[in-house]
Amino acid sequence: MNLDLAKPDPLPSYIYVLSDFLRGQQLFSHLFSSRVSALSFRSTPLRFYLFLVKAELIGWQHIDFGFEWRCTSISHFGMAIERILKDDASEEKGERARMASFVGAMAIADLVKTTLGPKGMDKILQSTGRGQTVTVTNDGATILKSLHIDNPAAKVLVDISKVQDDEVGDGTTSVVVLAGELLREAEKLVASKIHPMTIIAGLLRAFQLCIHVLSLHHYQIAEKFKTDLMKIAKTTLSSKILSQDKEHFAKLAVDAVLRLKYTSWLQGSTNLESIQIIKKPGGSLKDSFLDEGFILDKKIGIGQPKRIENANILVANTAMDTDKVKIYGARVRVDSMAKVADIEAAEKQKMREKVDKILAHGINCFVNRQLIYNFPEELFANAGVLAIEHADFDGIERLALVTGGEIASTFDNPESVKLGHCKLIEEIMIGEDKLIKFSGVEMGQACTVVLRGASHHVLDEAERSLHDALCVLSQTVNDSRVLFGGGWPEMVMAKAVDELARTTPGKRSHAIEAFSRALVAIPTTIADNAGLDSAELVARLRAEHNKEDSNAGIDVISGSVGDMSELGISEAFKVKQAVLLSATEAAEMILRVDEIITCAPRRREDRM
Amino acid sequence: MALAFDEYGRPFIIIKEQEQKTRLRGLDAQKANISAGRSVARILRTSLGPKGMDKMLSSPDGDVTITNDGATILEQMDVDNQIAKLMVELSRSQDYEIGDGTTGVVVMAGSLLEQAEKLLERGIHPIRIAEGYELASRIAVEHLERIAHKFEFGENNIESLVQTCMTTLSSKIVNRCKRQLAEISVKAVLAVADLERKDVNLDLIKVDGKVGGKLEDTELIYGIVVDKDMSHPQMPKQIQDANIAILTCPFEPPKPKTKHKVDIDTVEKFEALRRQEHQYFDDMVQQCKDVGATLVICQWGFDDEANHLLMHRNLPAVRWVGGVELELIAIATGGRIVPRFQELTAEKLGKAGLVREKSFGTTKDRMLYIEHCANSRAVTVFIRGGNKMMIEETKRSIHDALCVARNLIRNNSIVYGGGSAEIACSIAVEAAADRYPGVEQYAIRAFADALDAIPMALAENSGLQPIETLSAVKSQQIKIPTRVMQENNPHCGIDCNDVGTTDMREQNVFETLIGKQQQVLLATQVVKMILKIDDVISAAEF
Repeated sequence: MNLDLAKPDPLPSYIYVLSDFLRGQQLFSHLFSSRVSALSFRSTPLRFYLFLVKAELIGWQHIDFGFEWRCTSISHFGMAIERILKDDASEEKGERARMASFVGAMAIADLVKTTLGPKGMDKILQSTGRGQTVTVTNDGATILKSLHIDNPAAKVLVDISKVQDDEVGDGTTSVVVLAGELLREAEKLVASKIHPMTIIAGLLRAFQLCIHVLSLHHYQIAEKFKTDLMKIAKTTLSSKILSQDKEHFAKLAVDAVLRLKYTSWLQGSTNLESIQIIKKPGGSLKDSFLDEGFILDKKIGIGQPKRIENANILVANTAMDTDKVKIYGARVRVDSMAKVADIEAAEKQKMREKVDKILAHGINCFVNRQLIYNFPEELFANAGVLAIEHADFDGIERLALVTGGEIASTFDNPESVKLGHCKLIEEIMIGEDKLIKFSGVEMGQACTVVLRGASHHVLDEAERSLHDALCVLSQTVNDSRVLFGGGWPEMVMAKAVDELARTTPGKRSHAIEAFSRALVAIPTTIADNAGLDSAELVARLRAEHNKEDSNAGIDVISGSVGDMSELGISEAFKVKQAVLLSATEAAEMILRVDEIITCAPRRREDRM
Repeated sequence: MALAFDEYGRPFIIIKEQEQKTRLRGLDAQKANISAGRSVARILRTSLGPKGMDKMLSSPDGDVTITNDGATILEQMDVDNQIAKLMVELSRSQDYEIGDGTTGVVVMAGSLLEQAEKLLERGIHPIRIAEGYELASRIAVEHLERIAHKFEFGENNIESLVQTCMTTLSSKIVNRCKRQLAEISVKAVLAVADLERKDVNLDLIKVDGKVGGKLEDTELIYGIVVDKDMSHPQMPKQIQDANIAILTCPFEPPKPKTKHKVDIDTVEKFEALRRQEHQYFDDMVQQCKDVGATLVICQWGFDDEANHLLMHRNLPAVRWVGGVELELIAIATGGRIVPRFQELTAEKLGKAGLVREKSFGTTKDRMLYIEHCANSRAVTVFIRGGNKMMIEETKRSIHDALCVARNLIRNNSIVYGGGSAEIACSIAVEAAADRYPGVEQYAIRAFADALDAIPMALAENSGLQPIETLSAVKSQQIKIPTRVMQENNPHCGIDCNDVGTTDMREQNVFETLIGKQQQVLLATQVVKMILKIDDVISAAEF
């Protein structure tokens, strides 16, 4: 149908065109930008959209709409819309807003979904910055952290994954997948006209039940402490790059954490600081080892002893270049060369005094955070003292911690400064690099893990994996409740939630049921990622769980349902709890939203 | 109109560059303004009440905020329209005055505008409408006073306060543990309240949050929490019975404000200067030590040497503490903020029973707790939650609850919530309308209709049939006059949570009287202002 629209006078600023979405998009495709916004128009039987078009864009010439159209200018429409937001700002309401957040959240969940489980795949992340550095990882938090995301709902998911990483260190993928599944289920319920608030009420009810069920079914680890920790470490590591050598690394991680055990129990917190991880490319992952002691990635100065037994160490943070005068506004002004020489001599003298003072502590090793210039270094060498310069801040803190010394900055009272001690300082070689090793340190808790691997990417990923394992272990040491893995807790919770759904009257029961479906999605994903027949396996698992006290879970290696206690697959209670909590909270938050307002992006100032 | 002619017939320009400006006049201007105001109200309408939805706001820098606090939504929306800005102001002033009901006030103003539009179409002059609204608002405020209840509370009887705070919190995302948060808020307010003067200084309540943990871990600390750690990693992490020196001077050699130079031209001077410098640090630490301080809290940084000396002399220290926090610490510990080392005396030290460092999660996050202070009149609400947005929203919710508790201490009158107060006012205004002879009668009646918008929105958001529910409740209010209340029954409201009764006394849904009164007054004021505008001149878009 053709239309010769008479140009109205005065020209209205906007006109509305009512059409279905696709055609509208075709029609206005050349204008389709922020100037045309589509508003869904619900009162028509078919889903029509109102296109709001800036009138001047159409040009008021011969318009061939070519389909059923209705066009009306603002004045005829009877509803003058005032734009209350700024030009580039956008506003999405009701269903569209909810759709936008659901789609965004699910897209994020689907993105990391394939990394879940022991057979999960990795992602390559290429940074847009200079150098285009590449990271290969399957750590959910790392993947999400490096994404640039525009969708606000997706940002919520990225956020929870980050928090999971900070809080418990592991389960960063699971939390996003679970939140995504919850939203996927919720979307179906919203589509069948259940109010989001009712859904939230159901989800929260189911969540409380889950926490309750988990606390009923956990078991404490007390007797076989170490073997259980090994199991947990292996379960965590099995989904990472280290899975080939998980036995080796699990042992490594457990040993490291157990060294900390007693002190960290006293503090009531998890102190991973005294576990140092050093990455050295070369060799294979299997060559990685745990060293009881402390390794500092530094070289020993020339002419200084390479090996010291029964070392007294002074850990310092002081300037060992020419000490500058700290009094504000001081400057040197001289009138002859001779005086310059004098002052230089005085400076040298000052440094010499400082070194003497340091030596007066009766030390044979001096570690400084800042640079040590050649002159004092020579003085130290003459005195037979090992001087290490420019150890970074973390290194200094750790060294002070493990050797039991204090970080000194003034040296006037040698008798009261606590020195650090260790049995042996020696230079060791790892690959081609020389490192300094402090062994036989006072505090037994410190240790160093030296990671070896073929490339930087492998090492980085190995470090992340090991970090996850260490975090989980240290959490378990504090809170010794343990669950089985392999989708066992999800099935147990799903079973209980299903029962609750059956006995709950009202619309909430749909939401409760949805929660159980979302829970089952986790074992389903694990099976899918392993290339197994997930429908078959999950069904068998469900049947298995209907028996009393079942320990059944998915055994990805053999591709069947197996007994988790026999296979030794365990997870920390605290991780599962945090996953549930964060995922439910995020789902609730996104469900509650019915409008998204995006402000106009801040304009960059044009740089000249 | 912009072009006028003088007595010789020569044209002259009144408004410069007329063609570049858009101008709306008369009824068009009013209608445009009304529609702008209404579209703001429409955005907030769905956020009202316990089943209200949230809004997701993405800031110019891409940060996401999720909230259903009216004031925050409007503030972050970055509106362009002048009238819309008025509505933003409206909600903000409700926030400043009362702290709660920021959504309700905008919704009410929107519905007043809607009613005004109808009257304008019938040809009633805007000023008459404005006057009618003014009269009606007075009737409504008086009626609120009449139906208000006073309730008693004391240090030990906080139940009624908690109930009121719970009403506020029930519309927020935190309603999962509203009971606990309400108790925290009430206790916090009571801790800092001056019950005799009926005043509460909310500045003494610090609301702080840390991502991680769960909402249930939120706690009230009778003391201060500072997001800092000890300046030296080897200082003790826990101090009993601390004497705190609160300093605003750095542990560094002094920097006089006047420009100066110290010239070094001889070796002796160089030596002297060095000794001097050394002496400074020694003196500073010694002075702190001499007055008996066991903890130093400093607004500025320390030099490495000073840091070690402090550690060496066994004097733990905290550096880079912000000004506001420093003040709170001073109030809580009863200490004085000391700007110079020379002025440090034993009386100026603050006292705290326990200072400890607590670490969180797997990262190196530490916070400093200062507890059992000499003067417990400064408290901290420490929020934990699953993610950053959750914490921010909880902070806002707690702020609302704190304000409500404060208002109750100032004035312990309450009205019932769930829209019951609005319905009661609507009935009263409607009844009073007939007594006015002029055109205002219509405006007053329209005001009564506008008041219905709030219960209507509540019902709509809760998934009830709005008109049906409202008329049922309204008839209930009029129908059952009890013997005690000679008049109507003003406790019937919308049963948002599907409890089964419309009696808000049974549901324990309270709101503060002053909050409600303020809502009516502020909304009326803004609407009057908008109605009086008859010419909008705006510069052309660029």
